[in-house]
Amino acid sequence: MSNTNTLLPELYTTMRRIRTFEERVSELFIKGETAGTMLHLSIGEELGATSVGRAMHDNDTFTTNHRGHGIFIGRGGDPKKMMAEIAGKKSGYCKGKGGSMHIADMQLGHLGANAIVGGGIPTVVGAAMSYKYLKEERVSVAFFGDGAMQQGILYESMNMAALWNLPVVFCCINNQYGMGTKIDNAVGVKDFSKRAKSFGLNALHIDDLDVENAYYKSKEIIDLARKHQPGFIEIECYRFYGHARMDKSPYRSDEEELVMRKKDPIANAGLLLEKNNILNKSEISQIDKKISDEMDGAMKFAIESPINDESEIFKDVYYEEEYEPISVEKRINKILSI
Amino acid sequence: MSELDKTYFEKITFRDALRLAMHDSMKEDDKIIIMGEDVAKYGGAYGATKDLLKLFGEERVIDTPISEPAIVGSAIGAAMSGLRPIAELMYVDFFGMSMDQIGNQLAKIRYMFGGQIGAPMVLRTQGGTGRSGGAQHSQSLESWIMHTPGLFLTMPSNPNDAYHLLRYALKINNPTIFIEHKLLYNFTGKLDKNKPEEVFGKAKILKEGTDLSIISYSRMTNFANQAAEELLKYNIRAEVVDLRTLNPLDRETIISSVNKTKRALVVSESCYTASVPSEISSIIFEHCFKSLKRPVIRYTGEDTPVPVAPNLEKNYVPTVEKIVEYSKKLCT
Repeated sequence: MSNTNTLLPELYTTMRRIRTFEERVSELFIKGETAGTMLHLSIGEELGATSVGRAMHDNDTFTTNHRGHGIFIGRGGDPKKMMAEIAGKKSGYCKGKGGSMHIADMQLGHLGANAIVGGGIPTVVGAAMSYKYLKEERVSVAFFGDGAMQQGILYESMNMAALWNLPVVFCCINNQYGMGTKIDNAVGVKDFSKRAKSFGLNALHIDDLDVENAYYKSKEIIDLARKHQPGFIEIECYRFYGHARMDKSPYRSDEEELVMRKKDPIANAGLLLEKNNILNKSEISQIDKKISDEMDGAMKFAIESPINDESEIFKDVYYEEEYEPISVEKRINKILSI
Repeated sequence: MSELDKTYFEKITFRDALRLAMHDSMKEDDKIIIMGEDVAKYGGAYGATKDLLKLFGEERVIDTPISEPAIVGSAIGAAMSGLRPIAELMYVDFFGMSMDQIGNQLAKIRYMFGGQIGAPMVLRTQGGTGRSGGAQHSQSLESWIMHTPGLFLTMPSNPNDAYHLLRYALKINNPTIFIEHKLLYNFTGKLDKNKPEEVFGKAKILKEGTDLSIISYSRMTNFANQAAEELLKYNIRAEVVDLRTLNPLDRETIISSVNKTKRALVVSESCYTASVPSEISSIIFEHCFKSLKRPVIRYTGEDTPVPVAPNLEKNYVPTVEKIVEYSKKLCT
């Protein structure tokens, strides 16, 4: 390595880990080992999760949308426990009861992935209210897609963040599609940062394949948020594959996909690593191989993990265990015994 | 509030009992904050948070924009991050705005995240008829909440229960929806702070009786009480059961009361169909089938939106006279 100041190898590694993880999720599905088909992959979108995730501090917190695997990996999520969660296993982050769309981990500040578009956005406003009140130097970041830009709750949240000067960043990973509807068919004005600015937020629009640039720009917004100047980051990217695992993208052309998939942040980072003599081809291959083995291990862990005991259905509904719900079977048997 | 340190009140309003509960809890626990529309400077639309801003400052008593989904959503985030918010939605009707945050988020956080965390918060709101508020300011939407696992739900009928239920809800870690009735704020009763009888998940038998059980909650409990007095003139001894909390629900008290009296009238202001009384009736049919002498009667509000005209509104919900009439008919 010739340039020791660059973060590019680290950022490349994170992006590659995200992509390989997602590819293994897809494989896990083909093997019939995932819990359901509601698996939303972020292949092609790794730059946002990586750059913004890297700009956050260890004790910062975040929420994600349903397409949140990459963000969590960027924040240190353990691929084994994530994969087990996606497989619906007890060894997963949420005992297999949340699944792909509800992964959370309080240790790593993951306040929850959310299956309602925009649903997890106000959570970070409240988290930031706590940090302000408790005088903790922490930032909370909401990650969501371009679909949530059309949800009212986002604007209520932006307004509160600006009104109360909260340490919050709203991060829109704009992958151009809300399920099958292209952004052109969903919004009148595509300049999202203009909207954020009008609420009084520091706003940043990133349309750049260079992950290191994106990191430095994002860091400015996050550092300002830490000084109680809330911000907004939009990252333009392209969702390389369908909305969920079963979607074959009938609403867009093969030509579009071919052209847009050339906007690949990982390929770009690889080229930059070589071009700037940071890593050579074989060093990059070694990184890729290591990651591939790691993710194979995660998949194996998920497949081999035991399933839940059926009594798990009734656990965790209420905080206080004495209120655990009674099963329908027990209720019926009681009635029949009278 | 000049009587902050008193522990016994012979006569206190429901409103002041709530204020005292919030005051006493906030004094004990500096993680409790209040947030909602007009809760601070205005003191709450119905005065339940009056003076709390002066006592606890604007860091802890927070006026919010009119953004019901984000009020609930941010309270959830705060509850997940070290605080214990009391969020207020001015009318239960506004739950329509916030139902994603209440039903999809608040109720399910602990479960979806495998028990890692809860959202220790209280969502206070106010509902019911009586002020010609019309179809969007008068509803009784408790069955929405009761139908959503994960949320505790309480609807007190008197100042003493209101105080102790709110105090309890602010100590436990599960989220609680606390629905007050708009006509109860001026309702008076005694308050004994030092006697926190077991209120949460425990129904209270307000009057013991042998001839029928009148089962109710919130304002209708007071109607049931008045009806029970009247029924004595006809030699009918009604047992009045105040449910106090709808989740957890005290099934045992309902069942043992009806097994004793063999007749049941379930009274509520909500609509008739798929209501809390529907659920109570099912429990009674299931568990008291052999002892029942008559079918269970659900006496509720009508299956219509709530009208504004005072004469229509009054007759939309149960009346004391008709509780008496139906009880007499059940007992003949």
